[in-house]
Amino acid sequence: MIEVKALVKTFADRSSDRVRAVDHVSFKAEDGRFYTLLGPSGCGKTTTLRCIAGLEKPDSGEIEVAGIKVYSSSNGAFVPAYRRPIGMVFQSYAIWPHMTVFENVAFPLRVGKQRLSGAEVRKKVCHALEQVELGQLEERMATQLSGGQQQRLALARALVREPQVLLLDEPLSNLDAKLRERMRVELRELQRRLRITTLYVTHDQIEALSMSNVIAVMSAGVIVQEGSPREIYMHPKTQFVAQFIGSTNQLAGRMRGLQGEGACQVETDVGKLSCGMAKDIPVGSEVVVVVRPENVILHTGKPSGVENVVEGKVATVMFLGEYLDCTIELGRNVVRTHQPHSLQLRRGDAVWVELPSSGCLALSAEELPIAGGIQPDTSDTKNPRLQPD
Amino acid sequence: MLIYLAVLPLFMLLLGSFQMEVAPREFVTTLKNYQNAYASQYTYSTFKNSVIFASGSAGLSFLFGTVLAWLVERTNTPLRVVFIPIAVVPLILPGVLESIAWIFLLSPKFGYINVALMSLFGLESAPFNVFSLPGMIWVHSVGQVPLAFLMMVAAFKSMDPALEESAMMSGANTPQTLRRITLRLLMPTSASVLLILFVRTLESFETPALIGIPARIYVYTSEIYLAFNEYPPDYGRGAALAVGLLILSAVGVWLYTRSTREGKRFQTVTGKAFRPRQFDLGPWRWVGFGFLMVYFLIVVLLPFLVMLWASFLPFFATPNLDALQKLSFENYQYLFGFRPFWDAMKNSIILAFMSASAAMVLTSLIAWIVYKSRLPGSWMLDFLAFVPITVPGIVLGMALILLYVAFPIPIYGTIWVLLIAYVTRYIPYGMRTASGAILQIHSELEEAAAASGASWWETFKRVTLPLLRPGIVAGWIYIFIVSFREFSTSVLLATGESRVLSILLFTMFEQGQVTVVAAIGILMILTLLTIVAVFYKLSGRVGIQT
Repeated sequence: MIEVKALVKTFADRSSDRVRAVDHVSFKAEDGRFYTLLGPSGCGKTTTLRCIAGLEKPDSGEIEVAGIKVYSSSNGAFVPAYRRPIGMVFQSYAIWPHMTVFENVAFPLRVGKQRLSGAEVRKKVCHALEQVELGQLEERMATQLSGGQQQRLALARALVREPQVLLLDEPLSNLDAKLRERMRVELRELQRRLRITTLYVTHDQIEALSMSNVIAVMSAGVIVQEGSPREIYMHPKTQFVAQFIGSTNQLAGRMRGLQGEGACQVETDVGKLSCGMAKDIPVGSEVVVVVRPENVILHTGKPSGVENVVEGKVATVMFLGEYLDCTIELGRNVVRTHQPHSLQLRRGDAVWVELPSSGCLALSAEELPIAGGIQPDTSDTKNPRLQPD
Repeated sequence: MLIYLAVLPLFMLLLGSFQMEVAPREFVTTLKNYQNAYASQYTYSTFKNSVIFASGSAGLSFLFGTVLAWLVERTNTPLRVVFIPIAVVPLILPGVLESIAWIFLLSPKFGYINVALMSLFGLESAPFNVFSLPGMIWVHSVGQVPLAFLMMVAAFKSMDPALEESAMMSGANTPQTLRRITLRLLMPTSASVLLILFVRTLESFETPALIGIPARIYVYTSEIYLAFNEYPPDYGRGAALAVGLLILSAVGVWLYTRSTREGKRFQTVTGKAFRPRQFDLGPWRWVGFGFLMVYFLIVVLLPFLVMLWASFLPFFATPNLDALQKLSFENYQYLFGFRPFWDAMKNSIILAFMSASAAMVLTSLIAWIVYKSRLPGSWMLDFLAFVPITVPGIVLGMALILLYVAFPIPIYGTIWVLLIAYVTRYIPYGMRTASGAILQIHSELEEAAAASGASWWETFKRVTLPLLRPGIVAGWIYIFIVSFREFSTSVLLATGESRVLSILLFTMFEQGQVTVVAAIGILMILTLLTIVAVFYKLSGRVGIQT
């Protein structure tokens, strides 16, 4: 279990004022869970992880790892990194180039307090290497391994001490796309098998969505939303989360009125839209309506008896194999949608766009760096049509 | 520690330059020293000689070094690959020996080259006279070519070939590309290389001592030396001159660091490793080959050969059949029973060992503190470790005399004061290799050890130190070599029992025992080669196998 309470960590800026990298962050990762800190670079997720590892000394707050208070600003407790019950995988893997594969993994067993016999070390190292399927490579120099193998080696080294928690700092970001996909599955399987409490740091939403039990989305040093992958994806609480996770259409508008529990009407450029609503928003305030591309329905003829229908014109059609990626002009706005490739569409065709109210969510407008109708696709290879489960 | 090594001597020097001994042990503060040093009739000629000597040597060695580097690195000249190690060999030849060898070759009275040319063309007088300003420039330049060569090779290596290829694609031919792209891109680097060569020449004392003083051509370093060796020694004037030289070289170093920082903006030198494109010289490549050969024969081989030849002669003579019969091992036999030689040899080896080890231990720690510890004020350490590079060897010697003559612990006149001098002088070099090595170690490699349960000491011992080893070994070997051949600091500090080899060479040469000097030189080179080879072998076995 990892528990972090009101953690603050500041860094000196060039102009002598201090920047808050982590600003009163609190969360709790339960035993055996896969907990992910997700956010863009500079949001403080890695700093949080390094504080838990003991590689950074926080300014204030409390950190508890596996029942031990490793840091507390109230009584000045600070357990150094090498005394904490952790295993860690670094972004660069940090494989020691002057050691063999075996020596790399054996290192955590040979330092520290308890000393093991040679036979015990060998047994544990072999076991750890087998867990990550590197069984036959013990005597190789570590630098002769491929990127994927180095990654597994780093994992074996983190696991060999049988730590209480596993800390992973963007471990997949240096792998190529195919390998990354495979390691995602393997890492998740391994974690579920060992039932080891895992804290995972990433900026890649797909990694977060596919591997985690719980995701905490971070921005500018604070956790903006915490929840299961499904919750985070389906019910983003803020415009930032909606925009950061998956690709999203955003339509600016003004709150018109409430329609019963968790539903409302919004006046937008393209007309009145019925939407869902996570929390109460005062009438008249500025909002954005977010719709996932896969929730948008296209009609070639004007449908009847459905709400939230807007007429538009096909702007672009891209064939992506699995589906068609279309953008539709709705007046000044552009909406992106994914359609089955059986659909015959051409640029300039007139279409009717249905934005089902179950797929529309009204959120308070925030000032965000990226604005406009379409949010550029942040995922690299796979499109975020992928839904959890 | 650093303040003690780097700053205190300079402070003493400054103090000394304002003091004058009016009666034994009685000093007054005065500006008279500066008046004596800078308002004499020699002031102008010394300044002029120094500047001509330094700029001439810098220019000549830069020219040689650049042409060699270009031929070796960027053209298809035959045998160029073999040439890289050969070009660096002269680094091992101590500056004192370099000067002596060239006196053997170019002396107007008995220089071999002069004698050969005179009999070949029936000339009446010697065509070359080494005892002149051009002679000094030549001798010092050929000794500095390896340095210029190495720096320019690095510059050529790190240049993106695409920059030249795109010039070719735009229709430029080889000379046009060379002139308009390659040379332009090299400008910032060239400026800094020239500057460093200039400063090093200004600080050097080997050539000014062995050739300049007999020829009555005085530069700053020789003026300082003479101020000490006249009777009675004028410490005040020496110190005042030293302060001037110090300021001059500090300005040079400051300009150098500035120009290298500016150079980064050109972005020709990135961290990437390129495979530079090679110019096809066509038939001209044989001209290049000829140049390489002539350079190798005259500059690399000839000094060694003349030294070897002279070491077998009972007295110096031109090579002819007569002399051939007189060849013997007499000089070596003489040295075998010559106590001062063995004492000097012992001192040199012990000093080189100790200063290389001490400097590397010290700089590894400093570099670690500066780059890894994030301690406040660590940049000050970095700066302090850089200070000695601005201090010319003879100035440091001067400063240390002023500091230790009246020191409570009697280390003046022992090898310990030399050790202090060497360590101080070579801290910047050690710092460069150590910080290079430390910066290459990704901090996650050390953090991973901490996350694996290793304490600070275990991390340092089992991860940091092994990874640093190749860099430290390289730095150690370099400092060993330069300490072993050190001359300009030792010349003021080494006395009697603390005499080192280079000083023994100097005094015996002045006494006229030239063939014995040649034998000492040969033994010196052999010793140096042996020790470096052994250490290289030993460290190679335990080094990283990647």
